[in-house]
Amino acid sequence: MENKLQVSTSPHIWGGISVAKVMQYVILALMPAAIMSVYYFGFRSLLVMLVAVGSSVLFEYLWCKLTKRENTIGDYSAAVTGLILAMNLPPTIPYYMVVVGSFVAIVVAKEFFGGLGHNFINPALAGRAFLMASWLSEMTKWAQPRTRLPLFGKVDTISQVTPLAQLKAGEAVDISYLEMFFGNVGGCIGETCAAALLIGGLFLIYKRIITPIIPFTYIATVGLMSYIFSPSGFFKGDPWANILSGGLFLAAFFMATDYVTSPSTFKGQFIMGIFMGVITVIIRVYGGYPEGASYAVMLMNILTPLVEKATMPRIYGTKKQAGGKAQ
Amino acid sequence: MKGLITLLKQFKNGLITENPTFVLLLGMCPTLATTTSIKNGIGMGLSATVVLTMSNLFISVLRKAIPKKIRIASYIVIISAFVTTVEMLLNAYFPDLAKQLGIFIPLIVVNCIILARAEAFASKNPVLPSIIDGLSMGLGFTMALGILGFIREILGNGTLFDFSLFGGNFNPATVMILPPGGFLTLGCVLGVINYLKDEGRRRKS
Repeated sequence: MENKLQVSTSPHIWGGISVAKVMQYVILALMPAAIMSVYYFGFRSLLVMLVAVGSSVLFEYLWCKLTKRENTIGDYSAAVTGLILAMNLPPTIPYYMVVVGSFVAIVVAKEFFGGLGHNFINPALAGRAFLMASWLSEMTKWAQPRTRLPLFGKVDTISQVTPLAQLKAGEAVDISYLEMFFGNVGGCIGETCAAALLIGGLFLIYKRIITPIIPFTYIATVGLMSYIFSPSGFFKGDPWANILSGGLFLAAFFMATDYVTSPSTFKGQFIMGIFMGVITVIIRVYGGYPEGASYAVMLMNILTPLVEKATMPRIYGTKKQAGGKAQ
Repeated sequence: MKGLITLLKQFKNGLITENPTFVLLLGMCPTLATTTSIKNGIGMGLSATVVLTMSNLFISVLRKAIPKKIRIASYIVIISAFVTTVEMLLNAYFPDLAKQLGIFIPLIVVNCIILARAEAFASKNPVLPSIIDGLSMGLGFTMALGILGFIREILGNGTLFDFSLFGGNFNPATVMILPPGGFLTLGCVLGVINYLKDEGRRRKS
């Protein structure tokens, strides 16, 4: 009898799923959007994705070698980071910038802080923010969908006005909602096709990889806020165009739901979704950049520890603390 | 002879062992703000060195005359006198540099390196060691700012002392001369220095 009692640390109930499995599901869920981006922007976007994934995995491998740690490329998290980074880049971007972005994402944002599970910010978004601050003109060179982009060499400016730029200027969007839903607009590689991202996101929710709270509160808040606040005055916004344009779906389903950098409490996830929606619309309407989704996610990443602390559920059997004190 | 060796040791202390930026982590604000180019970094470092050496000298001379209770205020008066002098000299002889460094020259008054050395060293030690301390700490600060400015100017602007290094095809990462680049560079350099220190210790033991 005595031998049957095992003493171990929590968690005692394990769902039987591993990090590698979760990451594989995320990659699978990103596939529809990846395929649609190749359909719209050609093989150049495929190559950007391959460069990003390859360089991310390579940097992770080299870092583990350099620090003499156990190799962690087998958990696929570096591949996911690379893929999400690529989806946040315009298809016209030079390849060396993709490699720099992967370096910042994997080495600076993730490994410097201790690797997977210790990063305070979404690594892919940190990479994107670095590239945005460094090479703004290359990062905002949008291509017309269904044009042939040269695979190598410099892409001539085929700048295309994005719906977000039109929204920012207070103009009406000249693309139908249906086209925006299916992604027939200029934008980053993986963000244009909302339909494909929705399929991937719902797949992750169905598979219980992510909870639906963050994505749906986030998208709903953006819709509501963008109706109330718009460049042309109060209660005159275009919520559908705001929801369907930019990187909102990509951010909501694939970046804001990152386990490491989003609250794990039920209330905390509500708070994160609502705050991200508010920040996104503030940046879109009043800020300097046309798109604010990635900055909204990053700001809430940083606030996640505070949100979790504030919404920590009471431990069963303990008394409620007066004055909202922790513990 | 023995006195000379102590002074040399003290010099090394300020420059390397207790480098104000990389080891004591003092004066982070000017460190991050003025190292957008190697010229600005060294200019800032040398200005601080002059102020530090002169204020250490005067505080050391007056250390017995300054009452304990108002010592900080007295140090600030002495320091600000030299900061004003340096600012006027910079405006007269290096107007471009003065314009680039801007508010950070007057802010040397409240630079914590200078106040820390006044409080921790000059107020307790004779004149000559105080001068050496000010000089070595100042040069250590200058060296650190030079290193950071060197890295940031090359990566963020593709130049060194305003001289283009890579020709027109190089597209520099502008973020490195923006505030985030300052934090990134400082963090990386500190990491490398701490790694090297650990390695050195390991080899000794």
